Amino acid sequence: MDTSITLTVDGERHGLTVDTRTTLLDALRERLGNTSPKKGCDHGQCGSCTVLVDGRRQLTCLALAVSYDGAELTTAAGLAPDGPHPMQQAFLRHDAYQCGYCTPGQVCSAVGMLDEAARGQPSHVTEDLAAPTSVEDLTDAEIRERMSGNLCRCGAYVGILDAVREVAGA
Amino acid sequence: MKELGYVRPSDPAQAVATVTDDAGARFLAGGTNLVDHLKLGVATPETLVDVSHLPLDAVDELADGGLRIGTNVRNSDLAAHPRLRAEWPAVSRALLAGASGQIRNQATTGGNLLQRTRCVYFQDVTTPCNKRAPGSGCSAIGGYERDNAVLGASEACVAVHPSDLAVALVAVDATVVSLTSDGERRRPVAELHRLPGDAPDRDTVLEHGELITAVELTPSAAARRSTYVKVRDRASYAFALVSVAVGLDLTDDLTVRDVRIAWGGVAHRPWRATRAEDALRGRALDERAVRAAVDEEIAAATTSAGTAYKLPMLRNTTALAVRRLVPEIAADAEEDR
Repeated sequence: MDTSITLTVDGERHGLTVDTRTTLLDALRERLGNTSPKKGCDHGQCGSCTVLVDGRRQLTCLALAVSYDGAELTTAAGLAPDGPHPMQQAFLRHDAYQCGYCTPGQVCSAVGMLDEAARGQPSHVTEDLAAPTSVEDLTDAEIRERMSGNLCRCGAYVGILDAVREVAGA
Repeated sequence: MKELGYVRPSDPAQAVATVTDDAGARFLAGGTNLVDHLKLGVATPETLVDVSHLPLDAVDELADGGLRIGTNVRNSDLAAHPRLRAEWPAVSRALLAGASGQIRNQATTGGNLLQRTRCVYFQDVTTPCNKRAPGSGCSAIGGYERDNAVLGASEACVAVHPSDLAVALVAVDATVVSLTSDGERRRPVAELHRLPGDAPDRDTVLEHGELITAVELTPSAAARRSTYVKVRDRASYAFALVSVAVGLDLTDDLTVRDVRIAWGGVAHRPWRATRAEDALRGRALDERAVRAAVDEEIAAATTSAGTAYKLPMLRNTTALAVRRLVPEIAADAEEDR
């Protein structure tokens, strides 16, 4: 079954007709040619397909495009209109990748994660649920836990941690 | 994946009517489990009825001081709710222990309760599985047994329920509200999921077309002093081997006025450990008493070589959860190995 939907991706509005079964990830990559989000596991286990949906980090492989009609998506390629986003610059500075395949997902996830922390969301390792959280107070354990949905098969976690910590100002 | 229809209903009643009238229709909410099942061939609906846009996404305060959580409230938003964190911390902790940041942003309250087992055979359509294909047999019995149930299992199915949220909700006596074509229904969350018996294809008592619309929480002293401890194979982003929700209401001299204990990772549904609760109620709280109470509950457990580890893990994890709530009780008993 075909359905017409509208997606705004990295600031650009697209009208497209998709088969109901098309995931948001395949719509982005195969239909709109935006190959920034990557297909890693395609089962919600690796995080490489992470984008921001209406500002929140989500997995595009576990989402059907028809359900996201009208959504505003930001991929790693569209995070900053003029050159690399501060998170991308920090990844470069800290050598936070090797092959780079998971990197767009890592970067989107890190940006979304810092926004969650700024809004006061606790995590599994937050000791006092009643205490307010802030980006500047994120410990390494907090950053690791909050980024646990993004796997890096090259094991660049040390650099990723450094990059995220720097942008957080922690 | 086979051809798939898609409907976006305008209100809950229309969503219920659409699925009730169509045996091939299924509700779609956050999709974090169902979309994967479509790809794997585990779920083969003809039509998806997308309820994720229905305006059931508010957390409302109830007159009795409780909370009514709309089914579409996302797991991350619910976990961060200030009143939940203060008054039902086990529920917040259970949500935060589940999945990843991305998935918690997508997954809904009702969808979390209705996610399906991660039994490896259920998710592998090349293997027999009574839950996926009734009558085909159970590959998990005598197969890869490590994740299997140790309480309430049947010869047909040894799968465990994967939700962390459901375990905490059972411990705090939450109510699930649903809509059918005959109107609204209310049940304790503890009565939502069923044991497998000879119909393991049915995870819950919900009828086809019955839509969860909300979960309601009532304040209590035991809910306010509650926590959730999850044991898994890695530090984050994994399902429970065993999990424990505990709520305690204690007198000043640490006598148990009331206690709630629920376990995850051990049964086809969240396991409310009522025998253990009975053993502790009215007693002076110490770690030996907790371990003895767990033993009361697991006397009925059935284990295999692959699952025997879960019993000492239940003792240790329940004791750990109690110690986190009541640091002043001494760790006066040896860890079980």
